[in-house]
Amino acid sequence: MADHSHSSHQPGEIPKPHTKEIWRTFWILAIITAFEFLIAFTMASSVLRVSIFVGMTLVKAFFIVAEFMHLKTEVKTLMYCIVIPLVFIVWLVIALLMEGNAILHSGY
Amino acid sequence: MSTTSTVLEKRKQHSIWNGGNEPLKANYGKLMMWFFLLSDAFSFSALLITYGLIRYRHNAYDGAPADFTFSPEYWPIPEKVYESVPFLHGISLPLVFVGIMTFILIMSSVTMVLAVEAGHRNDRADVEKWMLWTIIGGFAFLGSQAWEWTHFIHGSEKGTIIKHFINGEWVSRVVHGANLVENEYGPPAFADLFFFITGFHGTHVFSGVLLNILIFFNAATGVYERRGHYEMVEKVGLYWHFVDLVWVFVFTFFYLI
Repeated sequence: MADHSHSSHQPGEIPKPHTKEIWRTFWILAIITAFEFLIAFTMASSVLRVSIFVGMTLVKAFFIVAEFMHLKTEVKTLMYCIVIPLVFIVWLVIALLMEGNAILHSGY
Repeated sequence: MSTTSTVLEKRKQHSIWNGGNEPLKANYGKLMMWFFLLSDAFSFSALLITYGLIRYRHNAYDGAPADFTFSPEYWPIPEKVYESVPFLHGISLPLVFVGIMTFILIMSSVTMVLAVEAGHRNDRADVEKWMLWTIIGGFAFLGSQAWEWTHFIHGSEKGTIIKHFINGEWVSRVVHGANLVENEYGPPAFADLFFFITGFHGTHVFSGVLLNILIFFNAATGVYERRGHYEMVEKVGLYWHFVDLVWVFVFTFFYLI
């Protein structure tokens, strides 16, 4: 992460902050959250609404992990080491939601 | 040019592992923090997916939100459960308070990343300033959650009538608020999951605040300045962002859907 232009400065001198990207990410997160609230109040509960919420949550998660946690700038292998195992979560979601539905309709 | 290369040399040296190289171009602590967060992501997913399973196991209410009344028959809809704001007693403001909590946590994530950025520039004053804001944000969130829990436990004045089958006849009783056995909002499992999942997340926030205080203390006493780098800020920052990330999911599944 120390690959920015900082190293060209004299020792002892503190470089200027680079915060443009950080605030851009903040605005993206804030606007998505505001939009989620808008939908929560204006749209009736449906499969579409749930999909929009889940989709926006994943977009927010992407920005937090890629920008705030800097996973975007890490070595590709490290990135895949973290991202690929998350496939198991997708599997568990599908498996257990189907299971819950099956329990409901089995009458127990 | 020579000073530049010594700075780079110093930076390089601290990230070399004992085996003499630098796996995945990350130092040991940062890599292990990533793997810990991966395992923690599995813990939280297991909890949230359990919420999904139990929710799908109950009947969903699909009428108009305005006509909804709490009953153990249906899984409650969030805008009816979370509609109170401190100091505004009796006014229905659905999801406003949780919106404030979300804003607090996203803000504290921003101040954390600003502290990490200041650490890259070896700017001690800025690291101290932004760490302090992050700690304040963490405490503000914990305070909000304490209020939220208190309100959830005490419940509304009206309460919900729950019928029990005792000695061959139905007995009606009014239930206020929530505990682990019964609650006025819906099926007992609803409150159990609320306590367990937001509690598990709150514990993470609390440990995060303690770690942040430790980092602030070390930065303020010049430990990292003497060490020549602020990488500890970055490692604890990863943890703090993860806590924010989990809240994004808890927010969606508990409060929106």
